[in-house]
Amino acid sequence: MFEGFMVNAWEVSGIVAVVAGVVGFFTVLRGSAFAAHAIPNGSFAGAAGAGLVGVSAIFGLGVAAFIGALGIGLLGRRGRHDAVTALMLVTMLATGALFVSLGNQYEPAVYALLFGEVLGISDNQLWPTLVLGLVCIAAIAALYRPLMLSSALPEVGEARGIGAFRVELAFLGVLALATAMTVPVVGTLLIFSLMIGAPAAARSLTDRPGVAMALSVALALAVVWSAIAASYETDWPVGFFVGTGSAAVFVAARLWRAGRERFARRRRPRGRQPERLGSVA
Amino acid sequence: MSPAFFVFAPGFWDNEAVHVALAVGTAVAIVAGVVGVFTVMRGQSFAGESLGDIGTTGGSAAALVGAGPLAGFVAVDVLAAAAMELVGVQRVRGRDLATGIVLGAAIGLAALFLYLDSTRGSGNGSTVTILFGSIFAISSSTIPAVVALAALAVAMIVVLYRPLLLATVSPEMAAARGIPVRLVGALYLLALALATALAAITIGTVLSTALLIGPAAAALRLTRRPLRAMLAATAIGIGAVWVGILLAYDSYHWPPHEHGWPVSFFVVALVFLGYLTSGLVDRRREGV
Repeated sequence: MFEGFMVNAWEVSGIVAVVAGVVGFFTVLRGSAFAAHAIPNGSFAGAAGAGLVGVSAIFGLGVAAFIGALGIGLLGRRGRHDAVTALMLVTMLATGALFVSLGNQYEPAVYALLFGEVLGISDNQLWPTLVLGLVCIAAIAALYRPLMLSSALPEVGEARGIGAFRVELAFLGVLALATAMTVPVVGTLLIFSLMIGAPAAARSLTDRPGVAMALSVALALAVVWSAIAASYETDWPVGFFVGTGSAAVFVAARLWRAGRERFARRRRPRGRQPERLGSVA
Repeated sequence: MSPAFFVFAPGFWDNEAVHVALAVGTAVAIVAGVVGVFTVMRGQSFAGESLGDIGTTGGSAAALVGAGPLAGFVAVDVLAAAAMELVGVQRVRGRDLATGIVLGAAIGLAALFLYLDSTRGSGNGSTVTILFGSIFAISSSTIPAVVALAALAVAMIVVLYRPLLLATVSPEMAAARGIPVRLVGALYLLALALATALAAITIGTVLSTALLIGPAAAALRLTRRPLRAMLAATAIGIGAVWVGILLAYDSYHWPPHEHGWPVSFFVVALVFLGYLTSGLVDRRREGV
């Protein structure tokens, strides 16, 4: 379990989980769940197209993800944002379906793209994943203050000259980058559940942003690594364990929070509830 | 040879699969147009998209037990709509998150079912068929069920029309008039689940949103009145489905000459073009 090709799986998925935890924290904070679903999912077209013309899948994924991010950002300015996101997503997916059909790609290849193939990660995927992951983290670090401000207090951000639209585009760009590196590992459909479940659980457990982000990374790592272990033991697809594990972590965190609040109320029957800043859910 | 030979490749009008596809596609486009206008007005595109994706779980589970895909889509979408209602999609705050959590768990289950389908050999090719649809493979025995479900969904919207419209435009005013806003929202979500399941058998689970959201979003840029928007959305949807079926049929004679291009690709591309075109009309009218 800890030797041979499995070493790659542990390392690469570790990097993926760290990036998903960090980027996902802002996804949840900004309420960009739909975009986080649409960009990786739409990038399926890029991977399928890359297979058709014979370039690397990561390159195709990156190009498609950036096209999706730009499309959502630009078209969303004029139309209804959620309808535009949905349309952009299905158009890219349909293009992917066309590429799959034209290229006569087989069913297992399509399945691996959609649901991930973490156990089939090769040596030469480690370095691109690591480099892209570092770029993602660096971009988030550089954007940290404007992102925080425009997510929690958009009016204040605007007043300080931080344009909401520019921050949105930059964030969608980071999402696209994260997509390109994570999709070969967890699949276009499942990176989303990793980016939502663990960060949302972390935010239910603590109100402090720094702690929440660290917790989000830790939970994402726990979900991914236990999913790989479970998949290795049972032969069932890793996507199943990632998807249900992320949801389970979220539900557990919510129950824990509800229990804690009830306990706190009983101890201080008339006490003032501490105010929560920027709570999303 | 007449130009008609190139537009309608030989055999288009005599083909049984084409007849079924046209009938199913028309019924589905009508439902999607009527339900979709409210989906776009209520800002529930993500819920529609999620219900579509979640249908994958139903389709793959149905293939596992040997049932038809439509039954699987309907059962799982209705269950998922109930789950979303319970975890709180009726609140605007945090509802994307609730939708996302349900969606993530359902996709995980779909991954498992599709894997089991493939290992047991019961559903060869089911991943692509369920996700991206195959309208030419629908058997004519499905038509009555499709028409019945379509009629049910449209009837729900007709009955709910006035309270739903008020609850959509101004929930506060609707509540003040004694309309049970949450119940209306929940019933609407049920109609959305039916519409999504129907769209999923036409163009596939992950693409079903195209029919639901695309024509409606385009129509709402052409007119602000809900009834006119529903008519326009239905017309756009039917147009996209019919032309899509025609192009897909013709594409059997196109390169790379091995098989036809997927119908779903044409339908979605036409819907997207319709949306972009409606933006031009909208912009000219506003004089921007």
